[in-house]
Amino acid sequence: MAKKIAVDPITRIEGHLRIEAQIEGGRIQNAWSSSTAFRGIETILKGRDPRDAHHFTQRFCGVCTTVHSMASIRAVEDALKIKIPDNARLIRNLIMGIQNVQDHVIHFYHLHALDWVDIVSALSADPKKTAQLAQSISDWPMSSVKYFKGIQDRVKAFVGTGRLGPFANAYWGHSAYKLPAEANLMAVAHYLEALEWQKDVIKIHAILGSKNPHPQTFLVGGMAIPVDPDSQNALNADKIALIGKLLKKARRFVEQVYIPDLLAVASFYKDWAGIGGGVGNYLSYGDFPMDNSGGTDNLYFQRGVIMGKDLANVLEMDEKKITESVTNSWYSYSGGDDKGKHPYDGETTPNYTGPKPPYEFLDTDGKYSWVKSPRYMDQPMEVGPLARVLVAYASGNEDAKAIVGHVLKTLGVGPAALFSTLGRTAARGIDCLMLAQKNELWLNQLADNMGRGILEVHNAEKWDPSTWPKEAQGFGYHEAPRGALGHWVRIENGAIANFQAVVPSTWNAGPRDAAGQMGPYESALIGTPIANEEQPLEILRTIHSFDPCLACAVHLFDGRGNEIIKVRAL
Amino acid sequence: MAKEEKQTQEGMIPEDILQRWETRGVSRRDFMKFCSVMTATLALPVTMMSKIAEAVEGDNRPPVLWMEFQGCTGDSEAFLRANQPTATELILDYLSIDYHETIMAAAGHQAEAAKRQTMEKYKGKYIAIVEGAIPTAEGGIYCTVGGDSALNIAREVCGNAAATIAVGSCASFGGIPAAAPNPTGAISVSEAVPGATVMNLPGCPLNATNLTAAIVHFLTFGRLPATDSLGRPKFAYGKRIHDNCERRAHFDAGQYAEAFGDAGHRQGWCLYKLGCKGPETFHNCPTVRYNEGTSWPVQSGHGCIGCSEPQFWDTMSPFYKRLPNVPGFGVEATADKIGLGIAAATAVAFGAHGVASALRKGDDMESDQVIKED
Repeated sequence: MAKKIAVDPITRIEGHLRIEAQIEGGRIQNAWSSSTAFRGIETILKGRDPRDAHHFTQRFCGVCTTVHSMASIRAVEDALKIKIPDNARLIRNLIMGIQNVQDHVIHFYHLHALDWVDIVSALSADPKKTAQLAQSISDWPMSSVKYFKGIQDRVKAFVGTGRLGPFANAYWGHSAYKLPAEANLMAVAHYLEALEWQKDVIKIHAILGSKNPHPQTFLVGGMAIPVDPDSQNALNADKIALIGKLLKKARRFVEQVYIPDLLAVASFYKDWAGIGGGVGNYLSYGDFPMDNSGGTDNLYFQRGVIMGKDLANVLEMDEKKITESVTNSWYSYSGGDDKGKHPYDGETTPNYTGPKPPYEFLDTDGKYSWVKSPRYMDQPMEVGPLARVLVAYASGNEDAKAIVGHVLKTLGVGPAALFSTLGRTAARGIDCLMLAQKNELWLNQLADNMGRGILEVHNAEKWDPSTWPKEAQGFGYHEAPRGALGHWVRIENGAIANFQAVVPSTWNAGPRDAAGQMGPYESALIGTPIANEEQPLEILRTIHSFDPCLACAVHLFDGRGNEIIKVRAL
Repeated sequence: MAKEEKQTQEGMIPEDILQRWETRGVSRRDFMKFCSVMTATLALPVTMMSKIAEAVEGDNRPPVLWMEFQGCTGDSEAFLRANQPTATELILDYLSIDYHETIMAAAGHQAEAAKRQTMEKYKGKYIAIVEGAIPTAEGGIYCTVGGDSALNIAREVCGNAAATIAVGSCASFGGIPAAAPNPTGAISVSEAVPGATVMNLPGCPLNATNLTAAIVHFLTFGRLPATDSLGRPKFAYGKRIHDNCERRAHFDAGQYAEAFGDAGHRQGWCLYKLGCKGPETFHNCPTVRYNEGTSWPVQSGHGCIGCSEPQFWDTMSPFYKRLPNVPGFGVEATADKIGLGIAAATAVAFGAHGVASALRKGDDMESDQVIKED
C-alpha cells in the first residue's frame, strides 16, 4: 500500500520548498516538488530604469547574492551593445569566483553535511583517533588531539544544557548514517571552522563592492569601485594585497579541509553514486571570461548542453531553444497552458488553484507549484555544478579533467558515478576547487593592469538613456553557484518593457510539464530508498545535493500600474 | 596606559564569569572585547559592562524563533557574517535558536514540532525574529510554510512572543515585495500583527552588528532599545548617513565625482551627483560599516540607495538620479522631526550651504536641477 508523505518545510535551503512523495516497498514511487512562496519582482521591474534593474534583481536572493546583479547587468549590456573595460571583467570574475567558492563551502558544511554527519555520534568519538584520521587525510594544521577534545567538550557542554536549538528534533541515530564517530567529530569541528571562515573570505565582496550580502558596486557598463594605485579611496596596492591574502585563505581551506572531507565522507556513502540520477540532461551557459572580447568562446567554464548522459557529444547551447511551461504551475498563459513560451515572450498571470491554507496535501494532479517548468528543446535539464563540471570535462577543460580524474580515482569509481546524488555533491567540490585555484590569476591580471596605468572601470558611452535605441532586447547569462542563470530584458523608450529570469532552481525544482515529464528534483527522487517514512533523511540528501534556492526561482511579470510614476513625479 | 585600561575593564566583569567563558572556549580577551564593543555600540556607560556580562552568562539563553516569509534569506546571511559576537557564539552560547529554516537540522513536521514546543514552553518569553514581508492577498496563498499561511504563522508566533524583531526592510516596511504595484499585497510585520511589540531593523540586508546590539540590549535590560516613530532603534537609525559620511568634507567643499571612474571618483569625492541618497537616509552605515567594519557603499564608490527607508524602492529610485532639492534641514534634525514626508516622496534636503556648494561645481547631469534655497 503506497503512502503519501509531505516534507514541508524542506530546511537548510534558501526559500520555501515542499516535497510530497509516494512511498511503496521502502522506495519512492512518485514525487512532487512545490515552491510555496511568490513575490512578483518582475512585475515590479516593469517601467523602471534598466540601469536600476540589478539592484532589484539582486534581491531575488540573498544567499546567491551578486548573481542576479551579474545576469541582469549583462542582459542590459547585451541589449545596448556595451563593451566593458578589462578591469571590470576582472573585478566581476573575482566577485563571482569568491561567491561560488564561499557559497559551496557553506552548502557543504552548513546545509548538506548534517544529512551525512551525525552530530550526536561525535560525542562518543575518541579525540586521539580523530586526530589520527584528520592527519591521515590532510596537512591542515588544526588537527591535534587537544583541538578535537576541545571541540568535543564544547559540543558536550552545549548538549548538556538540554537545549539543542537548531540541532533539536533532527534524525540523529538514523540507520542511514554511516560515518564512524571520529569522522563525525572531525566534520563537526570543520562545520564550526567553516562558519568562521566564510565570514572572513567574503570580505572580498566588501572590499570590491561595499558589503555582503548584496554588494553595491555593479553598474551597467562596468563597476563602481574605483581603481587607482595613487589613491587611498580606491582599489590600490594595499587592498589588492588584502584580497590576495583572503584568496589564499579561501584556497587553502578548500584544498586542505573541504576536498579531503568531501572525499572521506563520500567513501562511506558510495551507494549514493547509484541513487538520485535524475533527468540525465545537463545545461551550462559557461562563465568567467578569460579575455575581454565580450564573446563566449573563451570562458573558463565552457558553454554547452549534454543530452542523455552522453559525454561524447557536447551540443551547442542556443538560448532560443528555451521555453517555460505553466501546465502544472500556478499561472495561466493567454494562449493556453499546454504550450511553452520563450522568455522574451513570457507572461505570467497568477492562477492559484491549490488548497486554501492550512492544508495537508496539495492537489498534485493539477497545478501545484509557484515555479514554472523550463525546458530546452522540450526536455527537462539539470543545471548546477554537476552540469558545469560535466560540460567542462566533456569539452576538454584541462583543469576539470585533472580534478574529476583525481576524485574518481580516489573513490575508485567511474564517470557514470557522477550522474547521482553523490556525483552532484562531489561536482560541487570540484567546481569550488577549480575556482579557488583560478581566482588568484584574475587578481594578478588586475594588479598588472593597474601597474600599467590602466585604471578604467566603467564605460559611460551609453550611460545616458538618450544614446539608447528606441527598442532593444538582451540576454544576460551567468553560471551562478547553483547553475545556469538567464535574464532576458526588453527595453522600450528608456524603460524596462519586459523582464524575465529563468534561474537555476527554476530548472531543477520545476514541476511536471505539459507532456508529463518530471523536473530534475522529482525525477531524482524516484527509486530512492526510504528506511523510515517518519524520518525521510534520504529525501533531504538528494534534494540538498541540488542546493535548492527557491526565492530566486519564482517570478512573475505583466503590467503594472502608474503609481510609481505618480510618486516620482514630485 | 593601555594596560591600565585593560585592568579597569577586566575588573568590571566578575572573575568567575570570565573563567566560565574560558572553559566554553571563549578567551577572556574575546569576551572582554565583546562586552566592550556592545557597550560602545549601545552608547552605554562603561560601567554597564558587568551587567552585559551577567546578562549573557549561564544558560538563560533566550529562545529565538526566526521566521522567514517573503524574503531572500539575505538577512540570515548577514546574521552569519556577525562578528561581535560571531554567528557560532550566537548559535551555541548566547541564544537558543529553536527555529530557523536555513540552519536547522530538522525538517518537515519535526521542524514544526520544535517551533511548537518553544511556543508552548516559553509562551510570552521567547524572541521572534522575522525576515521577509507577509503577503495578504487572496487569503495568504503567496507564502505558505508547512501548509499554513505566513499571515497565520506570524500572528501566532509574534503574538505570543516577548518581543519581535523585524530584520531587514521587507519585514520592517514591506520592502521589495511591497514595491509598486505590490502584486501580492505584501505588508510589514507590524502591520500584520498590530498588537505585537515590534522593533524594526531595516536595511537591505540589515547590518548584523545592529541585530547583535539589539539582542544584547534585550538580554541586558529585558526590553528593546528606544525607537523612533518608524520603530527603528535610535542607536542605529538616529542620524542621516550624510551627517556622518566620510566624504562630507568634499560635499561641503563642492568636490563631486561627476562620472564613475573619473579623477574625483578615484579620489573619494562626494557621490551626490551620481545619485547618492545619503542625505535622506537614516542609518549608521558610515560608522559601523559592514563585514566587520570593512566597508560600506559610499566607501566603495557607489552612492547610498536609501535601503533602510520605508518604500525606498519607489521613493529613492531611479537610483542614479540625483536627489531633487526641497527646503532643507540641519544636522540636528532626526527622522521623527522630518516625519513621513520623505516616505511620501516629498524628498530631500540639504542645508543652504550644501546647496550653494553643489551649485558651485556646475550641473550638467540629466534634467533635475539643484534649487537654491533662500
